[in-house]
Amino acid sequence: MKLVVCLGNVPDTTTKVKFGDDGTAFDKTGVQWIINPWDELALTRAMELKEDAGNAVSSVTLITVGPKEAEPTMRKALAIGADDAIRVNAEPTDAYTVASQLAGVIKEKGFDLVMCGIESSDYNGAAVGSMVAEFLELPSVSAVSGMSIAGEEVEMTRDIDGGKEIVSVQTPFVAVVQKGITKEPRIPAMRGIMMARKKPLAVVEPTQVDALTDFTKFELPQPKAPCKMVDPENVAELVEFLQNEAKVL
Amino acid sequence: MKKIVKGGEFMVQDLEPKDIFIPEEFDEEQKMIAETCRDFLDTEVFPNLDKIDRQEEGFVRGLLDKAGELGLLGISTPEEYEGFGQSFVTSMLASEVMGSAYSFAVTYSCHTGIGSMPILYFGNEEQKQKYIPKLSTGEWAGAYCLTEPGAGSDANSGKTKATLSEDGKHYILNGQKMWITNTGFGDIFTVFAKIDNDRVLSAFIVERDFPGITFNPEEKKLGIKGSSTRQIFFENTPVPVENLLWGRGKGFRIALDILHMGRIKLGGNVIGAAKMAIDQSVNYSNERKQFGKEISNFGAIKYKLAEQAIRTFANESAVYRASKNVDEFVEAHIEEMSKEEAIVKAFEEYAIEAAILKVYGSEALDYVVDEGVQIHGGMGYSAEMPIERGYRDSRINRIFEGTNEINRLVTIDTLNKRGAKKDYDLYAQGEAIVAGLSELDGCNCCVEGYYENKKATINNFKSIAKMLLQAVSTTFGRKMMDEQEILNNIANIVMRVYVAESTMLRVQKKEKVLAQDVALNKDMLDVLVYDSAEYIRKEAKDCINSFVEDEEQHKLFMKGIKHYSCAKGVNVKDARRSIAEKLIEENKYCF
Ligand SMILES: Cc1cc2nc3c(=O)[nH]c(=O)nc-3n(C[C@H](O)[C@H](O)[C@H](O)COP(=O)(O)OP(=O)(O)OC[C@H]3O[C@@H](n4cnc5c(N)ncnc54)[C@H](O)[C@@H]3O)c2cc1C
Repeated sequence: MKLVVCLGNVPDTTTKVKFGDDGTAFDKTGVQWIINPWDELALTRAMELKEDAGNAVSSVTLITVGPKEAEPTMRKALAIGADDAIRVNAEPTDAYTVASQLAGVIKEKGFDLVMCGIESSDYNGAAVGSMVAEFLELPSVSAVSGMSIAGEEVEMTRDIDGGKEIVSVQTPFVAVVQKGITKEPRIPAMRGIMMARKKPLAVVEPTQVDALTDFTKFELPQPKAPCKMVDPENVAELVEFLQNEAKVL
Repeated sequence: MKKIVKGGEFMVQDLEPKDIFIPEEFDEEQKMIAETCRDFLDTEVFPNLDKIDRQEEGFVRGLLDKAGELGLLGISTPEEYEGFGQSFVTSMLASEVMGSAYSFAVTYSCHTGIGSMPILYFGNEEQKQKYIPKLSTGEWAGAYCLTEPGAGSDANSGKTKATLSEDGKHYILNGQKMWITNTGFGDIFTVFAKIDNDRVLSAFIVERDFPGITFNPEEKKLGIKGSSTRQIFFENTPVPVENLLWGRGKGFRIALDILHMGRIKLGGNVIGAAKMAIDQSVNYSNERKQFGKEISNFGAIKYKLAEQAIRTFANESAVYRASKNVDEFVEAHIEEMSKEEAIVKAFEEYAIEAAILKVYGSEALDYVVDEGVQIHGGMGYSAEMPIERGYRDSRINRIFEGTNEINRLVTIDTLNKRGAKKDYDLYAQGEAIVAGLSELDGCNCCVEGYYENKKATINNFKSIAKMLLQAVSTTFGRKMMDEQEILNNIANIVMRVYVAESTMLRVQKKEKVLAQDVALNKDMLDVLVYDSAEYIRKEAKDCINSFVEDEEQHKLFMKGIKHYSCAKGVNVKDARRSIAEKLIEENKYCF
């Protein structure tokens, strides 16, 4: 079974976000890039599935849509254990372009199981996974929080309101994973880091896809108003604040 | 091939920016290794600092295991011994990151440094095969036993004895060691002892399970409370003769070479700890409000933040410059000798630089954590804040790996010997400077061009040091090493020279070769050089006033000091503010 993990390259979650071009573009200067945390979970589970000899997973490939600056993140994923990587040399402008580029490559190379995170920690669109499935005309299972392989079938757990749903799907298909799919992301070990250097990282040029999105404006959230302390004995003051300042009563 | 820089040669040499390595040049793989170290600390160490400091049974040992699983204990160990054969620079980068791990930083650097390297560098093939793979995977933990109750700085005065057993198969070890890091769980100890009535030390590989070894309880310490430190007693401990390391009477050389290495490594450790303390300082000053605004708005706080960053940046510049010298030295000698022999020779070669990094780095870190506490005000005194731990944990760095007093002496003693041996013409230049004093006139800080000016100023600082060395050695001759106060003056100058020059070359390379923005780095360099000029002037005057009695001569030396310590005026307030404002904006160390 050949697995492919779609890997987003996103700003570190502690990045101080700034916008340039009159608030229509994210300012990338000085940003630390990381593997999108949800995709990292997908990758970790993919590695676990491969390491379990009973699963007959032959390879785990990575695909990223991104510029050259995305490569350190991809190398890190290779160091964690993926076998090879493909970078589609294009800016990941919106979900539609990213999903079309991913689907193009996935179709051409042929994989049995496509895994990706449920959303990305930058734009949080939560759209790419299902779009990829749609472009590939494959079934997709969303919000997967548990996954195991039984021959050609993959059994998955989905968290639903008040309980769990167990589904079983025949490959090929797309699994959109969320928290719970694995315990902790892995730290690349020295051996992995040194092997990553020699693993193939292919660069392919994008196909022509028109972006369907324009960015009108980004805004930073208003800074939080300072906290007001009220003496626990002074209920009248609290009521007064809630009525006249917060206007919630 | 690239010309190899000699140790201490910076005092007589002009380097170009391209001649030094700067941290901006780390490659992708080195950065990934650093990130792995950081991830390891974030997941395993930082959430458990209290547990570590309480020395919860088995916990720290478990951390070493986990670091071993990730390969972090064998970064620069050759691949044939289960390591990863990385360069010295790479291992320094790992040391830097691990240096922010409070107590565990000491556990880690003891294990990977003084605890393992004596065997790797000085062991024979059987010894290396037997011990190194297990040390580099973390199956065994390493420790290093040099210090005794009566033998600290004077390490060669140890009383631990080794006598050959009647059947000639064992050395019987008797004695006591003190302050030994990693003793609580150490498996392999490099122990220094004197065979029979030898006047010099020999080194032995001792396993924990050998008979006759007992341990005192853990020392109660000011800081690094989570690092295991105990006394060890050897009572008729039989050590197989094949566990003698390198050869009889060669222990002191081993001890010195390992210390040189440990000093450079310590220089790396303190960078990580300093960056962390700066992050904490900026975070707090951006949150804490007094008089209606965040305290980071106040000039007095900005001064501290900027100064913390300047010293850390300067230290980092010097550390990686020297570390790369070690790699280059090894590369240049790899055909004549083994890699291990070459690296030991490199440590000997750069003994002066190692001592400088140790002293400057540990004092820079102490400044950073001290002002870090100050920025936190009362909260800095609270055990709830991480800066309190950082403050206590920093202090040890001025004591171990040779006290800073000893390292100041090493700096001048070694420089003096290399000069006397004419490794380079230190004293010829000193003589010429002294001879030319009467012809000097006025100020000498007006050289045109930014870097040209800085270079001229730093070269003048070098002239002061060479002038003083020349004067001291002619006046005191062989007795000069007894004049510690004035030697300290010169050591302080030499240290500033090395650090300021490294910073200058780094900023220049960053701008001219890597084409990166250096506006704020130039502010740092401006403040550093300007400050150094005043500092050096004072040290030099103290030195001359301490021994030159002849009035004419005194006048001449003072003239020389004035001339050579002249530096262009800088608006230090604005420079520090710009640096601080960047820190405040980024809310972390960002240079
Ligand atoms: C937490 C901790 C961990 C340690 N870990 C280890 C370890 O793993 N292995 C190991 O072998 N040792 C270890 N040490 C010992 C450490 O290296 C020594 O403490 C250090 O070398 C100083 O020796 P001392 O304590 O005997 O001080 P002393 O040598 O007694 O020095 C006292 C003071 O006198 C000064 N002084 C001494 N001689 C001179 C001189 N000639 N000129 C001027 N000033 C001088 C010193 O600088 C110092 O200020 C550790 C110590 C500590 C505290």
